[in-house]
Amino acid sequence: MSAGVLHGRALARRFEANPATREPIWMKRLILTIALAFFVLFLFLPLVAVFSEALRKGWLVYLAALVEPDALASIRLTVLVAVIAVPLNLVFGVIAAWAIAKFDFRGKRLLTTLIDLPFSVSPVVVGLIFLLLFGAQGWFGTWLFEHDIKIVFAVPGIVLATVFVTFPFVARELIPLMEAQGRDEEEAATVLGASGFQTFRRVTLPSIQWGLLYGVILCNARAMGEFGAVSVVSGHIRGATNTMPLHVEILYNEYNFAAAFAVASLLAMLALVTLALKTFIEWRAGRVVTVDD
Amino acid sequence: MSIQVENISKSFGAFAALQGVSLDFPTGELVALLGPSGCGKTTLLRVIAGLETADAGRVILDGEDASDTHVRERQVGFVFQHYALFRHLTVFENVAFGLRVRPRRNRPSADEISRRVHRLLDLVQLDPLADRFPPQLSGGQRQRIALVRALAVEPRVLLLDEPFGALDAQVRKELRRWLRRLHDELHVTSIFVTHDQEEALEVADRVVLMNRGRVEQVGTPAQIYEHPATPFVYGFLGAVNCFRGRVEGTHVRVGEARLPHDGQVDGQVDGQVDIEGAAVVGFARPHDLAVVTDLAAANGVDAIVSRVHAFGASVRVELDSLEGAADRGEPAHYEVVMPRERAVSLIDGQRVRLVPAHLRVFADQAA
Repeated sequence: MSAGVLHGRALARRFEANPATREPIWMKRLILTIALAFFVLFLFLPLVAVFSEALRKGWLVYLAALVEPDALASIRLTVLVAVIAVPLNLVFGVIAAWAIAKFDFRGKRLLTTLIDLPFSVSPVVVGLIFLLLFGAQGWFGTWLFEHDIKIVFAVPGIVLATVFVTFPFVARELIPLMEAQGRDEEEAATVLGASGFQTFRRVTLPSIQWGLLYGVILCNARAMGEFGAVSVVSGHIRGATNTMPLHVEILYNEYNFAAAFAVASLLAMLALVTLALKTFIEWRAGRVVTVDD
Repeated sequence: MSIQVENISKSFGAFAALQGVSLDFPTGELVALLGPSGCGKTTLLRVIAGLETADAGRVILDGEDASDTHVRERQVGFVFQHYALFRHLTVFENVAFGLRVRPRRNRPSADEISRRVHRLLDLVQLDPLADRFPPQLSGGQRQRIALVRALAVEPRVLLLDEPFGALDAQVRKELRRWLRRLHDELHVTSIFVTHDQEEALEVADRVVLMNRGRVEQVGTPAQIYEHPATPFVYGFLGAVNCFRGRVEGTHVRVGEARLPHDGQVDGQVDGQVDIEGAAVVGFARPHDLAVVTDLAAANGVDAIVSRVHAFGASVRVELDSLEGAADRGEPAHYEVVMPRERAVSLIDGQRVRLVPAHLRVFADQAA
């Protein structure tokens, strides 16, 4: 990956040094200006705005908004949902990727397509599906009511919706990686006497670890930030079924801008941390690949 | 340990990779499975290892039916074409892998593992590289590590899938000799797959020649080369000139020409073919054809010298047939190898007559 980037960079430099392939200077400046202006306007300014709005009334108000009971409850719920959804998708994702990349079976194409389904369906529709299934008027609604099990407008529904929406991240990261690596190393391990579990732990896992971590981090970012699907199934019960993104919306609708932006700033920080981790992992994985070449 | 396979068949969808293959690999021999790509040789090797399950037939290891034995318990060493070294482990850990994954009760101690790995690395003169990672090694070094990794678990048989296929010509030759020497020291029953006839003939004790999922011939390299059993074997082992025609007593009539043959016809269908007048195909190696400049000679086909490759001790001459000869069933091109001094008089465009010193004749299945 980074070997390719390095190669690309070297190539670009050679391209630039050669008068026969060099673009006119005004063209270069124009393209750079457009790109930078776009970046500042659409990415950088909003980020600055979030933090400046959050701190507009000072640190005390900012902190007060975060330690307020409803905000704390929303943070706790968000973390709880991520703690359940991410490991589940880690396991599902690894199994699905393993099955698709290493085995041939009927319906493999269909499964590959289905894995992408959560990406291609609007999150609101996902929420509605769960309402349709588990809501009071839904397919299983009566049965659930009789057994006193609450899924929608409660934590289980939020977890379900989040798991569904974030399912593809790990699997999609791993499938191309595992397909590219083939089965040779695992076959070698088996012939050498390793059991299935030993092969997975000693051979498969180390070779996909960076891709796996990458998928987990993206999965986590989405699990914590998901709005649409969660919004439909949550019921917006303050202090009980509000995740951070939902809490931000409520605060904003109540014209409590400082508090809304304070909670939003936490989500923004999550995004920044995610980006930093992602860059770090790409760098590490890239190093492995470079050695490989 | 001896290996037998009985009536092995294996299909991938509509493609029959192996069709009723039965073979016997005696203890301690180095056997080559030779054939063109898609002939089933790698599939057979993987069936023996247990990496592939046969649709029918049995694999017998050391006299015991191993068809249902798991790969782990077959105690085979397998060397993959692309090495399949564990990229994230050092050379040392790669070789130690098979010992480390053993159940605790028969796992050697850490000291013992270290001793054995270093001894093996010494064997292939790569001990100084013990702490490197596979991507930092050359192709030849990787292949040698793959080999000692397979040997580390003290396998009863060693199976090598195109072991030198991914290496350049120079390293290939070197590793070939090295593998032969190693086998002479260890005497582990070994089977290696190759599509390179030179490699098979040079390295192996015995060669199994395969084509389209069947065994064509089994024999020592000399037997295979000197006495090919089928037209396929003849064509696969090096360059050949082939003549289609009909038997006329001690000769074969090819178009207008008469060629003396070796006196026997192989591959008759159920002995039904009456030799006289039978449709046959005759084979002559490039060094078995004599170029005669006297056009009044009694036997032989006429041809025109198209190119003389005069380098090295022997000269290779390419010839074209006369106009219209191909329509009479004669080949369109010939290739002849002869000592340098006999070729000095030949010039491009010269008309000559070709007389086979040996012409092996098979019943023509296509006719």
